[in-house]
Amino acid sequence: MTLLRSIFLRREAGILVMIVIFCAVVGLYKPQFLTGQSLRIVLLLTPLIMIGAMAQMLVLIARHVDLSIGSMLGFSAMVVGLMYREYPDIYWLLGFPVAILTGAVLGLGNGLLVTLFRLPSIIVTLGTLSLYRGLTFIISDARQINRSVIPTELKVMSRTSPIFDVPWIILIAFAIALMTFVIARHTQLGRQTYALGSNPEAAPLRGIDVTKVTLIVFTLAGALSGLAGILYASRWGFVNPSNTGAGFEFQVIAAVVIGGVSINGGVGTVMGTVLGVLLLGCVAAALPLLGIPGSTQNAIYGAVILIALLIDRSVRQRGAISMSRTTS
Amino acid sequence: MTDASTTQTRKLAPARPTWHVVLVRPETMTFFLLIFGLVGASYLSPFFLDMNYILRSFTLTAEMSIVALVLTMVVISGEIDLSPAANMALSACIFAWVQDAGVPMPLSVIVGLLAGLAMGALNAFMSIRMQLPSIIVTIGTLIFFRGLAQVLAGDRSIRVPDSFIGINTVMVVGIPLPVVIFFIVAIILGLVLGATVIGRQIYQIGTNQEAALHAGINAKRIKVGLFLVLGLVSAAAGMMAASRLGSVRYDLVLGGELQMVLMAMLGGTYIFGGRGTILGTFLAAWLLVIASTGMTVANLLPAIQLTVLGILLIVAIIATNFIYARTQR
Amino acid sequence: MEGLPMLIEARGISKQFGGVDVLSDVDLDLHAGEIHALLGENGAGKSTFAKILAGIHRPTRGKLRLNGQPVDVSSPIAAQKLGIALIHQEPISFPDLSVAENIVMGRQAGGLLSRVPWAKIIADARRYLDMLGVSLDVTRPMRGLSIANQQMVEIARSLASDSKLIIMDEPTAPLTPREVDTLFNIARRLREEGRTIIFISHRLEEVRMLCDRVTIFRDGAHIATQTIDSISDDEIIKLMIGRTLKKYMRKHMAAIGETALEVSNLSLPGAFEDVSFTLRRGEIIGLGGLVGAGRTDVARALFGVAPAASGQISIGGVGATINKPSEAIELGLSFVPEDRAGHGIFSTLSVEHNLTAAIPNLIAPSGFISRKREHGISSQAVDDLSIRLASLRQPIVELSGGNQQKAILARWLLTEPKILILDEPTRGIDIGVKAEFYDMIGDLAEAGRAILLISSELPELLSLCDRILVMSEGRITAEFPRETATQESIMQAAVPRTGMAA
Repeated sequence: MTLLRSIFLRREAGILVMIVIFCAVVGLYKPQFLTGQSLRIVLLLTPLIMIGAMAQMLVLIARHVDLSIGSMLGFSAMVVGLMYREYPDIYWLLGFPVAILTGAVLGLGNGLLVTLFRLPSIIVTLGTLSLYRGLTFIISDARQINRSVIPTELKVMSRTSPIFDVPWIILIAFAIALMTFVIARHTQLGRQTYALGSNPEAAPLRGIDVTKVTLIVFTLAGALSGLAGILYASRWGFVNPSNTGAGFEFQVIAAVVIGGVSINGGVGTVMGTVLGVLLLGCVAAALPLLGIPGSTQNAIYGAVILIALLIDRSVRQRGAISMSRTTS
Repeated sequence: MTDASTTQTRKLAPARPTWHVVLVRPETMTFFLLIFGLVGASYLSPFFLDMNYILRSFTLTAEMSIVALVLTMVVISGEIDLSPAANMALSACIFAWVQDAGVPMPLSVIVGLLAGLAMGALNAFMSIRMQLPSIIVTIGTLIFFRGLAQVLAGDRSIRVPDSFIGINTVMVVGIPLPVVIFFIVAIILGLVLGATVIGRQIYQIGTNQEAALHAGINAKRIKVGLFLVLGLVSAAAGMMAASRLGSVRYDLVLGGELQMVLMAMLGGTYIFGGRGTILGTFLAAWLLVIASTGMTVANLLPAIQLTVLGILLIVAIIATNFIYARTQR
Repeated sequence: MEGLPMLIEARGISKQFGGVDVLSDVDLDLHAGEIHALLGENGAGKSTFAKILAGIHRPTRGKLRLNGQPVDVSSPIAAQKLGIALIHQEPISFPDLSVAENIVMGRQAGGLLSRVPWAKIIADARRYLDMLGVSLDVTRPMRGLSIANQQMVEIARSLASDSKLIIMDEPTAPLTPREVDTLFNIARRLREEGRTIIFISHRLEEVRMLCDRVTIFRDGAHIATQTIDSISDDEIIKLMIGRTLKKYMRKHMAAIGETALEVSNLSLPGAFEDVSFTLRRGEIIGLGGLVGAGRTDVARALFGVAPAASGQISIGGVGATINKPSEAIELGLSFVPEDRAGHGIFSTLSVEHNLTAAIPNLIAPSGFISRKREHGISSQAVDDLSIRLASLRQPIVELSGGNQQKAILARWLLTEPKILILDEPTRGIDIGVKAEFYDMIGDLAEAGRAILLISSELPELLSLCDRILVMSEGRITAEFPRETATQESIMQAAVPRTGMAA
């Protein structure tokens, strides 16, 4: 009951408790789970999801959803891969601005469709999920970008570390989380995003430029997906038109919803999302150790989303009850 | 009666002319696109005027088209379901797995159907009973069902017995059985939606659920019923796909939700509920087959087809929204 | 009082909605540092006027001056910049944001990427709430705050933008007496600071306690402005009703038969309390009162839309439980709801489909809809009620409001109801059709149906009803037989008394 209550009172504390309990239980059966090595595995599993989750979190807070994140990741990664293939001598770091910019353009596309035609974001991004994936095939001629094409510096980046033996890719992911924290918590943009999602009807009455904020949020989500795209190339050393980023949006939604971001908008913290990502990472790292096939992952993600929805609902009902109590 | 002639100045909105009523509706757009597609495709390849070729191509998407017909009714009632493709995969996997374990065939089919029904019930419970938005719920169940299928089947394909294989090669008066089933389901659902009280009430709920409640219509029961039927039909469709393919994998009709939603939208079903017809979805299913086989014949990459599907979905929604906005004053 | 400087001068403010005049040529002057009451019946135009001042509606015609300068209040933001704040009865808020943020949201300078000065926001929020004498944790979210506290946050918000004019639209309705006291003390303090407050309320006692001057609106027009000491309650009520009573006469009085509906001790906490009455066949009972008195809630409870928590309903002498509308319809009840667009019509569906929505068994005896039967039934209904339309197939939304309402009434008459509940049936309907409605209602009673008529239009109640019940704050406060009812007596019973409400 105390555990439940703490989940209700403070979602972050709840997830932390769940992570600890999960690790303790797994560690009881398989003590090697509690070593630094598996922490490393967890952290290496998570950077891409972390970045995608930051993107999805901002979109959900604005009371929208973006299903095309995986396809934007794939497209941006492919653009960068093609660039490296066509211009082998190009300075490798140039891939970053190119990927981010590509993603931003795709995200802006989503934003424009949502704001100009007043369409539900979920249907628009279901369409662009397929559209952007198809474009990835078209620009790549359906061929994979191979290891040999990806610059060595880029591939090395995800294994080497500038400091404390923490690889670059993890540092970047946490830097993005920090940046998202600053945006969400300490800029007008962030606060207006929360306000917009919390009460869309009131937002224009309070002087919030709804169109502008929505466009920026979708563009930002695209840009972050683009960044995740080039990091994919760095981490795996190839870009495949059909696999790269496929299903990514689901992992991301699972992480974000576990992290306490509400599908009704206005609610969610970077801390919660980070913990949600880590919990998913722990589960993913523990499954092989426990001898559970990796194929159960998606079922777990799905179940987790459904449970999170139900928790979300009961939290809202509690809110409603306490409200009626104070007014009567 | 009181003298009302003193206030005859009120303007009476004239009814729209008949041609306007008939022509300015999304199904008409679908129909003309279909004709256009046929002409274009036969220009690309003379193959196309071969009816058998088209029918054979249609068997590839017949299962999804059947589900899309039921989905149309769900969307008209004001809900949506993105999970039927995953439902098809999971039901087919359960069916194949059960009969692989030695359960007799008829019983396996029943187990498969019950599984589909249970999935529909989960969607109904979450969206109607718990009043969560069905669009988000069914994304969750989409991942969940697909994940369970993966748990069950892993990376292997489960064979189904030879006796069960080949629904697409069964011919009824020269037409493949899946196509025949599609026709029958379309006619039945068309009748239900167009000519029965339940159908009428589906439109009323989708147009204004509060008003429907005030008129004594039990909206919840009808919506729950629709989710259940959709679950059941998805399971049947999943097993039809198993029969056509001869084996079942967890990634059966992966991403099929897009095509099903697309068929409904392209057929003029209004994303916010209350409008749409079975005829529209029926035509849209053919349109998609013509378009995709046309592209195949023209040697376009499957990838381009994906792009086209995405663009079509967005354009279809914008177009139907536009048409409905114009006809509503 | 007259010596005070002028804050707002409104001249010729008019507003039309869909061709209907809601406000016509309103002139009003507001002094700096006064509390000014706006009074009037439901729909007199008070709220519309307030919304025009606050930039939510734009006037069709008319000019506003603020401190002598002509101003254009083009949006809520413009109003805020000019120092005009509107506090709604149900305050607008961002429930997931903190109290402090709700106080400042949308007021900060700087672009989207500028920093949020948290320390300053929190300090400011504390200061404003301290000024109001409210102790609230400003870092807690708005969600879960009582309505009274939400109002305080809105008032703090208007202080933060240094509003010169604060409009409170029925702020006391959801408050407890103690909370009302707090609010009044704050209002008086704001007045001392030289701010102007417009106070919209139905409660005359409160107006008398708080306000310096009163303005009375009626039918969208400004009727009178006086200092509160120079006018009595009775005079105020007279001015609010005011119109020369053009009494519509019912042609025949129906013979009143046996009991059709008996309601005893019906209660739904937060909506209505202890409601009892008996309705007989052929009788028309009027239910009068102000908006929010609980009349619609009683109707919704009887029809099973939002069932009562306790109490008994018996129909035709037999006890009944009604938990959903389908059960009510089964028992012979019908309900024409007040909110026609939201609860009545299926706007994009055809007139025909709207007419037959409640009689599935009649149009489809076999389960399949018989087009012929349906067409016959609906054409007959259109003729009977002389609904003006171009075609049965046209979307109902294309009809005029009055004809839409006739269609909804027709839908229910097709169910052959024994008991009809009509909630504001003539709202938003032009005069000619109104008279047709009155005839129809009279005819229905004569045909032996029992009718419960909820109306805010006193002449309508007085001319149509056999008896009139008046509700105020969820309770029935008075009952008048037709012969002794007057506009004044109904209004007296409808206006809440602070003493009585407790």
